[in-house]
Amino acid sequence: MRQYILRRLVLAVPTLIGVSIVIFSLLHVLPGDLVQQLAGDNKVTPEFRAKTEHDLGIDGPKFPINFVGAAPFVEFHKDNQYTHWLKGVLTLDFGLSLRDRTPIAHHLRNTLPVTMEMAILALMISLLIAVPVGIISAMRQDTVIDYVARSISIGFLAVPTFWLGTMIIVYSSLWFTAATPVPQQYAQIWEDPYANLKFLIFPFGGFVPVGPSVLLGVSLSGTVMRLMRTQMLEVLRQDYVRTAWAKGLRERTVVINHCVKNALIPVVTVVGLQVPILVGGSVIVESIFNVPGMGQWFFQSIGFRDYTAVQAIAFISALAVVFSNLLVDITYAYLDPRIRYG
Amino acid sequence: MATTVDVRVLDQGSLLPERPTGIASWPRAVLTFARRKPLGALGGLLVVGMLLIAIFVDTALIGGSRPLIAPDGYNHQHIHDVNQGLSIGHPMGTDELGRDIFSRVLYGARISAVIGLSAVTIATIISLLLGTMSGYFKGWIDTTVQRFIDVILSIPGLILLIFAISVFAGRSGPYMRMLWIIVILGFLVAAAAVRVVRSAAIATANNQYVDAARTIGASDARIILRHLLPNVMPVAIVLATVNVGGIILVEAAISFLGYGIPSPFPSWGGMLNISGSSQFRVEPLQALWPGLAIALTVYGFNMFGDALRDVLDPRLRGGR
Repeated sequence: MRQYILRRLVLAVPTLIGVSIVIFSLLHVLPGDLVQQLAGDNKVTPEFRAKTEHDLGIDGPKFPINFVGAAPFVEFHKDNQYTHWLKGVLTLDFGLSLRDRTPIAHHLRNTLPVTMEMAILALMISLLIAVPVGIISAMRQDTVIDYVARSISIGFLAVPTFWLGTMIIVYSSLWFTAATPVPQQYAQIWEDPYANLKFLIFPFGGFVPVGPSVLLGVSLSGTVMRLMRTQMLEVLRQDYVRTAWAKGLRERTVVINHCVKNALIPVVTVVGLQVPILVGGSVIVESIFNVPGMGQWFFQSIGFRDYTAVQAIAFISALAVVFSNLLVDITYAYLDPRIRYG
Repeated sequence: MATTVDVRVLDQGSLLPERPTGIASWPRAVLTFARRKPLGALGGLLVVGMLLIAIFVDTALIGGSRPLIAPDGYNHQHIHDVNQGLSIGHPMGTDELGRDIFSRVLYGARISAVIGLSAVTIATIISLLLGTMSGYFKGWIDTTVQRFIDVILSIPGLILLIFAISVFAGRSGPYMRMLWIIVILGFLVAAAAVRVVRSAAIATANNQYVDAARTIGASDARIILRHLLPNVMPVAIVLATVNVGGIILVEAAISFLGYGIPSPFPSWGGMLNISGSSQFRVEPLQALWPGLAIALTVYGFNMFGDALRDVLDPRLRGGR
């Protein structure tokens, strides 16, 4: 098991290096002059250019290895922008934001926990919806319950999250006229857990769960629900389940102790693989509900062409994806011994 | 005697009615499909309807620009009829600039169709090319391609997409921007599709007839073109159908955020644009129609793709 985990860890490193190269290169194919862009219509003096480029870490050669037209065709640079940036990233120093020249790490400290909390809540909500409905749908295959559940799950896949969010905002402000639509003040969970959770789940008061986490969770639940159903159907047909029935066990025991455990294994994988969708969804949901998380920060940074911030966000979210893939692999190996010893 | 064979019966050839071949067999195939997969057929109907609207919404096909199905041009303003409710003249009302929403929704089908179909074409060509090569040659080609795809898929799609659009198309006009969106979306979708095509190619390459072809001296190119590609094609077609829906959804999402198709053009996502949410609070119905159009279209592509999968590719049946 330990060897398996180590192997996975080692495999994640080249992926992350590749991610860093892609993200770093994207900024540098940027057409036009970054400094001129920052200066707007003002004239750029050489001193200003040198200082700004140095501040932003965009002076000097870009990569440690450069390919040139003449022999020996390759140049090596010890001091270059890429290694500089990567060193910064490894020490969690992402440089300065182009927008307001504040450290990106500072923004990250404020926004990352918000998004993580929202995403974890969303995952929990999606599982809370998808797993029971998937189980019931499989147990009552081809009944009305099954058809309704399946239609809804396919519907969730087709209805755009942002439209659902817009409708929620629009119609709740009509129906709950007394309630403030979306609080402008966001309380972190360690400051005011009640206000925080209320905002993420029941933003309009009452017990109407239409908060950002719920929206994100619902949009994820369609896929999980479908998978849970097919997995349950598969497991329900296994010989050992028939044996369990034949022994005269109660339905609850058969389903929960014998089926659900095994059906859940592939579901774990899919839940882990939804992290990229979760990150993308958080950009949309946070923008709609005005949640001060990483997604909204990304949305604003792109608007201001704050590319150092965008780089940092892209890298952090890629890190989350790689890490969750790793976690999935390990959980999978833990749950299914065939992987571990395979 | 019972064992006597009646020669006359054999002479009549097959007792079954003659089955049409080629294009003549399509109506029957469509009917069978509709009977076996009613939901898939409904999806197909939605898809065909959406494509017909996209083609015939105005007379662009014969070089004109007059609205044909749409009652109005997408940017024609009725200055005195701003924010109208539903009426015979404006079945979905008018927006804050007095444009007929029904016409704009119909025109939106064209934008979605163009982006969806072009991006999926790019994605399919790339994924067929890389996927079959990766699955057939294995070795370092496979490793390189797969590691590269690992990297691309590690960066959340929407983040990478918006980042890339902002970098490449930040300063482009609306048409160049649309082109960039198509190309970038095509490449990103291809990254995920290569995986699927590759596993189908590996499964096919393990067949004995591939070994047999190699034994009689067929070249790699011939094996890939004549043996792998036809077997991988059904998988690619199903994937492409479902992906069109996904691409339309993503295009709508980035247009909603304001980084997709720019404003006067009636993209469904753009019509729901986030900056318009205060407008929708006053006129909630205006937010209903474009979303409904997206949902119906994506639902159509998903259902049609699912049914196609069951018909074309029994191996994937019962998957996600």
